[in-house]
Amino acid sequence: MAVEHLPVAARESLDQEIEGLDALDAPRVERERAARRAWRAVWPKLAAVFGVLAVWQIAVWTGWRPRYVLPDPARVFSELAMQIGTVVFWSAVATTMRRAATGFALAVAIGTALGVAVSRSRIVRRAFGAFITGLQSMPSIAWFPFAILVFKLSESAILFVVVLGASPSIANGLINGIDQIPPLLLRAGRVLGARGLASLRHIVLPAALPGYVAGLKQGWAFSWRSLMAGELLVIIEGRPALGSQLQFARELSDAPGLIAMMLVVLLIGVLIDSLIFAQIERRLRERRGLVDAAA
Amino acid sequence: MEPSIAQAAAPPEIPSAAPPAIRIRNVSQTYHGGHSAIQALDRVSLDVAPGEFVCLLGASGCGKSTLLNLIVGLYQVSAGSIDVGGRRVALLFQEPALFPWLTVQRNVEMGMRFRGVPAAQRRSVAQELLRLVHLEGFADRRPHELSGGMRQRVAIARALAQQADVLLMDEPFGALDAMTRDVLHDELEALWSRSALTVVFVTHNVGEAVRLGDRVVLLSSRPGRVVAEFPIALERPRRIDSPPVAGLAAEITDRLREEVRRHGR
Repeated sequence: MAVEHLPVAARESLDQEIEGLDALDAPRVERERAARRAWRAVWPKLAAVFGVLAVWQIAVWTGWRPRYVLPDPARVFSELAMQIGTVVFWSAVATTMRRAATGFALAVAIGTALGVAVSRSRIVRRAFGAFITGLQSMPSIAWFPFAILVFKLSESAILFVVVLGASPSIANGLINGIDQIPPLLLRAGRVLGARGLASLRHIVLPAALPGYVAGLKQGWAFSWRSLMAGELLVIIEGRPALGSQLQFARELSDAPGLIAMMLVVLLIGVLIDSLIFAQIERRLRERRGLVDAAA
Repeated sequence: MEPSIAQAAAPPEIPSAAPPAIRIRNVSQTYHGGHSAIQALDRVSLDVAPGEFVCLLGASGCGKSTLLNLIVGLYQVSAGSIDVGGRRVALLFQEPALFPWLTVQRNVEMGMRFRGVPAAQRRSVAQELLRLVHLEGFADRRPHELSGGMRQRVAIARALAQQADVLLMDEPFGALDAMTRDVLHDELEALWSRSALTVVFVTHNVGEAVRLGDRVVLLSSRPGRVVAEFPIALERPRRIDSPPVAGLAAEITDRLREEVRRHGR
């Protein structure tokens, strides 16, 4: 190729001009220290938690409900501390997390395949596009009677509903991501020789990634919700799970235990969102320059 | 105002005896949008010699971009013919159209990736090209960290990495400030003069066309049609503000205005 053999001749003044312009245009940005950044992210959350606890405590003090129905935070946290020391608690967490991981993984596989199919084929889109959105708005708990009929009171019934709850969101996220790719990028890809699968792998999917991740995040939230609903209804003997623990606590009128379990469910949901999805989203946005430096 | 059509119908003169790098014959293109149809190009004929730098000049609606998209094969030619003799054609857009999720280096490598060039070779070619556009220090940056001019240079490197014989440029410096644009003119001229590249450069900036081109081809608007050609025999390297360039630019501007006025009636 002709260009490779070009001598980079002595064009010093031009070179200097270019370097000068570039240095002015692209300054290096100093990064904030990790600890400082973490603190700045954490303190508003801590403040919010304390605010909620304060409201709760005040509600208890007013005597709005008897203490055996609405215990104070201290009572709930001591119950939680006690639970954390038991084998049953960890076994319940393990069962629930295993189901969550399996269900979500299945939903990702199915949702992704569906999303690619819909966005690549006009016919598939016409056939399933509206259907997927319809599925997404259907409350997952409405599927349980059917799931229990088909799969009996088994883990498969729970997974079935989790997958149905999560995969439409994931598919829709991917479809939206692909629909929102700037046409110019696709044309740039085509001019560079992108065709078929290579185009999908190197242009379409990376370009659609922000929408896809948003879909995954929503899909996770839906699958966690469906899972809790499932575990309340489908209780398998001898296999404690977070949802079934909730149900047992209610049956025993064990308010502190019930609220402690709810806190665990909430905490796991928040942790997974903030430790996994929020991190992925932040990195994506930073890389693509979608973060306002002044903010 | 009709002699322009006679001029357009005659095949353009080719200075050299070599067969043209791009041969455009009677190309017409019509867009159908809703109930209306717009004729973008009307029997455009143009030859571009190998190694020539041709600037296509015209006001809005002259079908400049359409013509480039036809040459590169993004659109199908509906009437007439375009022959590039099997040459590899690269197209540069007005916007850099870099892939924001990739580093500068990987952006440059993208075309080679699609051709199946091994990774090690991809890397070295990309580094060489980044050196050529004076961005070797920015290989690991992301597009958003660069200025508009730097991004456009990355896009140039990415287009060159296609090992193209023909480089089509669609108002590539239109969105840049004057200072950066002047520097990029020098850069592009230096790059072209040291290679065998054939360049077709679309612009609506007359000064830029005279600054860069061996030949300036004036297109009319709606429909696009070749109305006049101006060989630019000025010595290189040129300056956009030098008296001969400015004088010729003024002359061509008058002709362009005349074209635009015809649409006012």
